[in-house]
Amino acid sequence: MSEEIKFDQYLDAKGMSCPLPILKTKKAVDALAKDQVLKVESTDAGSKNDMTSWAKRTGNEIVKTEEGSGLYTFYIRKTV
Amino acid sequence: MANKKLTIIASKGALDMAYPPLILATTAAAMDVDVTIFFTFYGLEIIKKGNADNLKVSPLGNPAMPMPIPIPTFISSMPGMEVMATAMMKSMFQKHGVATIGQLLALAQEAGVKLIACQMTMDVMGVKQSDIIDGVQFGGAAAWLDEAVDSQINLFI
Repeated sequence: MSEEIKFDQYLDAKGMSCPLPILKTKKAVDALAKDQVLKVESTDAGSKNDMTSWAKRTGNEIVKTEEGSGLYTFYIRKTV
Repeated sequence: MANKKLTIIASKGALDMAYPPLILATTAAAMDVDVTIFFTFYGLEIIKKGNADNLKVSPLGNPAMPMPIPIPTFISSMPGMEVMATAMMKSMFQKHGVATIGQLLALAQEAGVKLIACQMTMDVMGVKQSDIIDGVQFGGAAAWLDEAVDSQINLFI
C-alpha cells in the first residue's frame, strides 16, 4: 500500500485531452498558496511527460506520480 | 528573470490548422512564456467575431484525413463533403475531450496572449476592424518582427 499524500485541492482532468489538463492544472496551482499541494487525475497518456515538462518549466514540484489502469495521478506542490 | 517568448504566425483558417497555434499558445502561456500570435491571410477567420467555432475542414486535397470508409478523390469534391468532414472531425474532438477553437481562443485571451491581426490582409480581403473580436491589436510585419527578434521560438503555421 502506497503512502497517502495529503493534498489541499483536487483537479479532475479525466477525459480531457491536450492541452486542457495542463491549462486546468496551471489555473488550479495559481489559486494555491505556496507549499500547498494539488492532486490531479488525468486519463491523457501524454500527461505524464506534459506534466513533468510543465512543472520543470514553471518551477513547481511534482511530489509524486502514480500510474495504473489508464489513470495518471500527480501531486504537485506549489513552490513559487 | 525575464520570461521566455514564443511568437506564432497563424496563416490558415481550416478547422484542423487552427488548433496548433492555439494549443501551443495556451500551453506556452501556462508555462510562463509570453506569447504573440499574428493572424494573417486565412488565419483571420479564427478571430472574426462569432467564427471560431464555425471553421471547416475539407477532405479534398488531404489524402491523410481519416474517413469512415475509403472515399475516391472526386467524391471529396461533391457538395456536402466538407460539411460531413467538419462534423466528423468536431465529433471526434468532442469525444476525446478536446477543447473547441472558441474555448482555446478564450483561454488564450484570458492568459494574456497577445493577438495581432494583419491589417494588410484585412484590407485586401475586405475585413473591417469591427469584424474582429475585441482585445486584438492591428499591425503588420514590423509588429510581429518586433516580438519575434526577442523570442526563443517563432513558428509559421
